[in-house]
Amino acid sequence: MNTLVIAEHDNQTIADATKKALSAAIALGNDVHLLVAGENCADAVADAAKIDGVAKVLKADDAAFAKLLAEPLADLVVSLAESYSAIITAATTNGKNFMPRIAALLDMPQLSDITAVIDADTFERPIYAGNAIQTVKVSSAKKIMTVRATAFPIAGEGGSATIENLTSTGDKGISEYIGEELTVSDRPELTSAKIVISGGRGMQSGDNFTILESVADKLGAAVGASRAAVDAGFVPNDYQVGQTGKVVAPELYIAVGISGAIQHLAGMKDSKVIVAINKDEEAPIFQVADYGLVADLFNAVPELDSAL
Amino acid sequence: MKILVPVKRVVDYNVKIRVKPDQTGVDLANVKMSMNPFCEIAVEEAVRLQEAGTATEVIAVSIGPAQSQETIRTALAMGADRGILIQTDAEVEPLAIAKLLKGVVEAESPDLVILGKQAIDGDNNQTGQMLAALMGWPQGTFASEIKPEAGHIGVTREIDGGLQTIKLNLPAIVTTDLRLNEPRYASLPNIMKAKKKPIDEKTPEDFGVDVTPQIEIIKVAEPPVREAGVKVETVEELVDKLKNEAGVLS
Ligand SMILES: Cc1cc2nc3c(=O)[nH]c(=O)nc-3n(C[C@H](O)[C@H](O)[C@H](O)COP(=O)(O)OP(=O)(O)OC[C@H]3O[C@@H](n4cnc5c(N)ncnc54)[C@H](O)[C@@H]3O)c2cc1C
Ligand SMILES: Cc1cc2nc3c(=O)[nH]c(=O)nc-3n(C[C@H](O)[C@H](O)[C@H](O)COP(=O)(O)OP(=O)(O)OC[C@H]3O[C@@H](n4cnc5c(N)ncnc54)[C@H](O)[C@@H]3O)c2cc1C
Repeated sequence: MNTLVIAEHDNQTIADATKKALSAAIALGNDVHLLVAGENCADAVADAAKIDGVAKVLKADDAAFAKLLAEPLADLVVSLAESYSAIITAATTNGKNFMPRIAALLDMPQLSDITAVIDADTFERPIYAGNAIQTVKVSSAKKIMTVRATAFPIAGEGGSATIENLTSTGDKGISEYIGEELTVSDRPELTSAKIVISGGRGMQSGDNFTILESVADKLGAAVGASRAAVDAGFVPNDYQVGQTGKVVAPELYIAVGISGAIQHLAGMKDSKVIVAINKDEEAPIFQVADYGLVADLFNAVPELDSAL
Repeated sequence: MKILVPVKRVVDYNVKIRVKPDQTGVDLANVKMSMNPFCEIAVEEAVRLQEAGTATEVIAVSIGPAQSQETIRTALAMGADRGILIQTDAEVEPLAIAKLLKGVVEAESPDLVILGKQAIDGDNNQTGQMLAALMGWPQGTFASEIKPEAGHIGVTREIDGGLQTIKLNLPAIVTTDLRLNEPRYASLPNIMKAKKKPIDEKTPEDFGVDVTPQIEIIKVAEPPVREAGVKVETVEELVDKLKNEAGVLS
């Protein structure tokens, strides 16, 4: 039996999160097939075929899959499920959305957000905002799992997978895509950036985020935020780092005007180096920071900017 | 429109949990329990739809030990009309929760089920999507805005790149994200009133659902602890350390 990985892509290239989830899939030991469902996704399929460790790429090119809505995608995956003993995807908002639907249609339990593969049946996953790590063993006929991408290395290039065209299972039409409001930015994507600089409630306004953006541009960094900063409307929702936002693990994470609530730490405490800039020396963020600077951010950040 | 809101009793989000020394789980003795924050948002949304005249009845359902009564009472105090408790002391996995909820949906025929996107203990983020699958209904997960209309509902979803809007046929499943609303605090008179609202008691057997876990917990461990580092005095010192000690800046 083989392992099926469901790809996240923009019709051009396969997302880094998927390439990391592939490392978890490869660790299971069976042949790995990568499903690319989309509309006009030939370029993404070509990209998929080059990934090291992918034996076969399944191409489902149809309007039904244009936005990866859970309803038609789940029907497609269920139609393929028979020949797979594991179905895996990255724990992106797409993966979190469609995967449990697939699991329930197959009457299988799901493991969410796995962070380690111990053996073919045993996995680790965080619970309680990462304050406890569970080791679990799954005995179900199929393993349905989402993978926390930051916990796995990115699969390399150099493969030459065969490509199989699938017939579309169509769309029953119970859900319909209306529109999207995407954040446009030239900065790297938050979850794969090597450096992240995040602002919290201490930033006081959305306009003040320009001082972080200026530092970010010098460092080639992505900009993130705490929930408080998003709730206050300083920045869009997709900036949120934390238990219920994005999980990041960059080389360097700079937290500015963020107190360090457990829900925020859950999203960044696996960063290699953490810097905290906060005017309150008692702020809990200092307990996880490698380098703490007790200072007013409105002085420290511009100083940092000119020091770079 | 009739709305069903599943609510879960979890460790309060302010509690710093401890792993049991024997690594069998998390120590929940004498720990403050509350309604899962995302479920509070779900109840609030349902009650607002009722206040706006869109919803006719709001039913809160919880699966868990006898104390889950309190969680249902909280929902009733916020404005839900009645409750259903499916009592069990077992650790019920999301798929079994979804099967129990399917039983409730079949008995109550709601037009909309609003769930939390994730429970902050298990962090599974599965139950709503699984219920949608079992019912063959569409799903609008991670909602930051919902607009019910005749026969369908518009849902704005928080996604990785920003926001996405979809339209679902009713009946449908919605799961809440943080920015859908700010839940109210129940007033004292409403807490008193809630004591008189009915709660129906059931068991998993009433729905013929087997809640035996399919996932075996081998152990629950503490995550690796991060040591606090050093305080630097100036920005200059910080930049120097990042370049020459940590090697993360060039
Ligand atoms: C269900 C649930 C889910 C949640 N999920 C998340 C999540 O995913 N991500 C997340 O981040 N949070 C999440 N939270 C919220 C979390 O509990 C905190 O409320 C939030 O992280 C606080 O954000 P903050 O640190 O920006 O704000 P605050 O806690 O208010 O901290 C602001 C900090 O800025 C400092 N400051 C102020 N002015 C200055 C200045 N001029 N110079 C320097 N420092 C200054 C202050 O000293 C303070 O430490 C969640 C909460 C709940 C209940
Ligand atoms: C492997 C494993 C280990 C576990 N270990 C523990 C443990 O150590 N301690 C512990 O307390 N529990 C434990 N559980 C139970 C677990 O925490 C969850 O209660 C259960 O798996 C449901 O997942 P969730 O709440 O994270 O679901 P989610 O899918 O994240 O919940 C989303 C939404 O579904 C609804 N919902 C979920 N559960 C209920 C419910 N019971 N009643 C009503 N509505 C509900 C709510 O609207 C909620 O907001 C374990 C479960 C598993 C599978």
